[in-house]
Amino acid sequence: MNIKWAMAIDLDRCTGCGACVVACVAENNIPVVGEAEVEKGRLMQWLRVARYWEGEYPEAQAVYLPVPCMQCERAPCETVCPVYATYHNEDGLNAMVYNRCVGTRYCANNCPYSVRVFNWFDHEWEKPLDEQLSPDLTTRSRGVMEKCTFCIQRIRRAKETAAQEGREIRDGEVLPACVQTCPPAALLFGNLDDPHSEINRKLKDPRRFRLMEHLGTEPRVAYLKRQKGAGR
Amino acid sequence: MNGSDHLTRTDTGALYRELSRSNLPPTGRWYAVAGLLLLVTLWGVGCFVYMMKTGMGVTGLNRPVMWGSLIASFVFWIGLSHSGTLISAILRITNATWRAPILRGAEAMTAFALMVGGLFPLIHIGRNWRFYYMIPYPNSRQLWPNLRSPLMWDAVAINTYLLGSLTFLYFGMIPDLAIARDHATGWRKKFYTVLALGFRGSHNEWRRYHVASTIFAILIIPVAVSVHSIVGWDFAMAKVPGWHSTIFAPYFVTGAIFSGLAGVVLVMAALRKVYRLENALTTVQFENLGKLLCTMSLLWGYFYFAEFLTVWYNRNPEEWEVYRSYGGHFLPLWLSMVVCNFVVPFPLLCMRRVRRSIPALCFVSFLVIVGMYAERFLIVVTSLARRNDPFIWHNYFPSWVEFSILAGALAMFLLLYTIFAKLFPIMAVSDIQERLFQATDRKIGEANVESIAMPHDTGKGGHG
Repeated sequence: MNIKWAMAIDLDRCTGCGACVVACVAENNIPVVGEAEVEKGRLMQWLRVARYWEGEYPEAQAVYLPVPCMQCERAPCETVCPVYATYHNEDGLNAMVYNRCVGTRYCANNCPYSVRVFNWFDHEWEKPLDEQLSPDLTTRSRGVMEKCTFCIQRIRRAKETAAQEGREIRDGEVLPACVQTCPPAALLFGNLDDPHSEINRKLKDPRRFRLMEHLGTEPRVAYLKRQKGAGR
Repeated sequence: MNGSDHLTRTDTGALYRELSRSNLPPTGRWYAVAGLLLLVTLWGVGCFVYMMKTGMGVTGLNRPVMWGSLIASFVFWIGLSHSGTLISAILRITNATWRAPILRGAEAMTAFALMVGGLFPLIHIGRNWRFYYMIPYPNSRQLWPNLRSPLMWDAVAINTYLLGSLTFLYFGMIPDLAIARDHATGWRKKFYTVLALGFRGSHNEWRRYHVASTIFAILIIPVAVSVHSIVGWDFAMAKVPGWHSTIFAPYFVTGAIFSGLAGVVLVMAALRKVYRLENALTTVQFENLGKLLCTMSLLWGYFYFAEFLTVWYNRNPEEWEVYRSYGGHFLPLWLSMVVCNFVVPFPLLCMRRVRRSIPALCFVSFLVIVGMYAERFLIVVTSLARRNDPFIWHNYFPSWVEFSILAGALAMFLLLYTIFAKLFPIMAVSDIQERLFQATDRKIGEANVESIAMPHDTGKGGHG
């Protein structure tokens, strides 16, 4: 079976708690840069929960929009990299080779979702915080670009286990850290090429839309949200 | 002819001596200026090394503004380089003989501006020590650069242009190096002997020289146009509102020539003053440069208007947010761009009095340089600062490290130019002489006026 990883994010379920972000930071050795750097716009988190307001006060309602890498099928970041540091892998994921990156930052400019983050400095984990680093993936040096990978280390591990046991990956076997953590289960991850997967069922939902679909990037992340107002 | 108000026509030696004052042994003042420029350059280099060792975080860059003053300067310097090609190639083909005294200076400016501009992408990348990944060299993993990336087009185009313009500069200088060899003494004699490649000025040599320089001139024009088109496409190819525009390539080329002409005016005025070249660089040259500058200002204004109008009328929210920030956070920059590029220069340059006054023309040129830098900065930064997702909008201001690097780059350009002027014939002596051969003195009333009678009746043009 071919694999086409995809994610669905149910905005009607999202409470904006930010647990997904914490899980992502813990899973992927993402540095915590501190308040001063965050104020300068140098947040390193691979997943952001953007907050927008709907309606006017006092009827205003917060809308939370978790934005991971969209893993676009026609990824604009890939064509502009002069050294192929970002490319499409066999699962249709938009992968990043840290060792190859020279840091032109063109990919980040060309990403309409602005989900790529850059290592402005070398980062340090003071003792004993270095104990929390995951051995499954590297820490990144200054001058390279990084972004959400759909927890590729977990995908690799699941594939290896499945191969050892001589079977295909089961639906729900791979869970990126954000999906695993989400308390209201707003996030769902699965294989689009598996006709029986839960994500395929979920994506038939009429509430489905994708971010900035008009740009033709064909994102692999879909959102679900009930629309209000006339004609809906 | 001593103390006369125009150049010697017949005596090559005397002409050479007058035009090569810049090659006189360096004075204390020269060393002071060169030393100061070297210090500033070294300071810039030091700041670059500091940035490389610490990380790009010492700049003011952030997400979403991943490109900032360094890329704006890259575009600006590559733009400045376009003057030389215009003056030596386009004006050569159109047979404009007035260009003779400015062509060497403009060509040198092309070469040095390209050298400085070409450094910026290397300064700006996150892992400068891995820059060679962008060079197609054979390696064990058989990894090649990605030629779909506009940055690779850029690298190829700029290298081609740099090699082309250096060849053009050197080739055009050979007859002058030969004149210098014939009149120099000491180590300079040896230096020019080697560089002049045995040019004797025989009929055959001249014939080949003219054929070759015409071919060069024709070949370098498409290269120059393509270089700044590609610099424009670095932006226009991207999915960034405010960058993704079909007008960018011609708009960038126009802006490049515009700022390049302003650069030439400033450099020429400085050379004229420092090396007392008043006889060679007359108001004729400056007035003509002023006319070209006026045309380019008008063209620039037209392009900008065309770009602005479509976005303003359409009100596509993604693009309109970028334009709206021109009236908000980026208003000072936007105003300096419009005022310095069009509102002030265009009416002033329409006046003959301004075009014929060198200080006034220098003032206008300085404004244009400021305005064009503001334009580059505005294009690079505002579009990024107002990306599609308002949640991550962020403004940008360069840090002291970036300012130091920019100052270092300017000092490096001036230092290269100063050293070039000391070592090489900064005036195209043979081209000037060629022009002078066609000239005669006419007595009009009390005044002796130089006049160039075109030999229409013989049907033979000058060397042009």
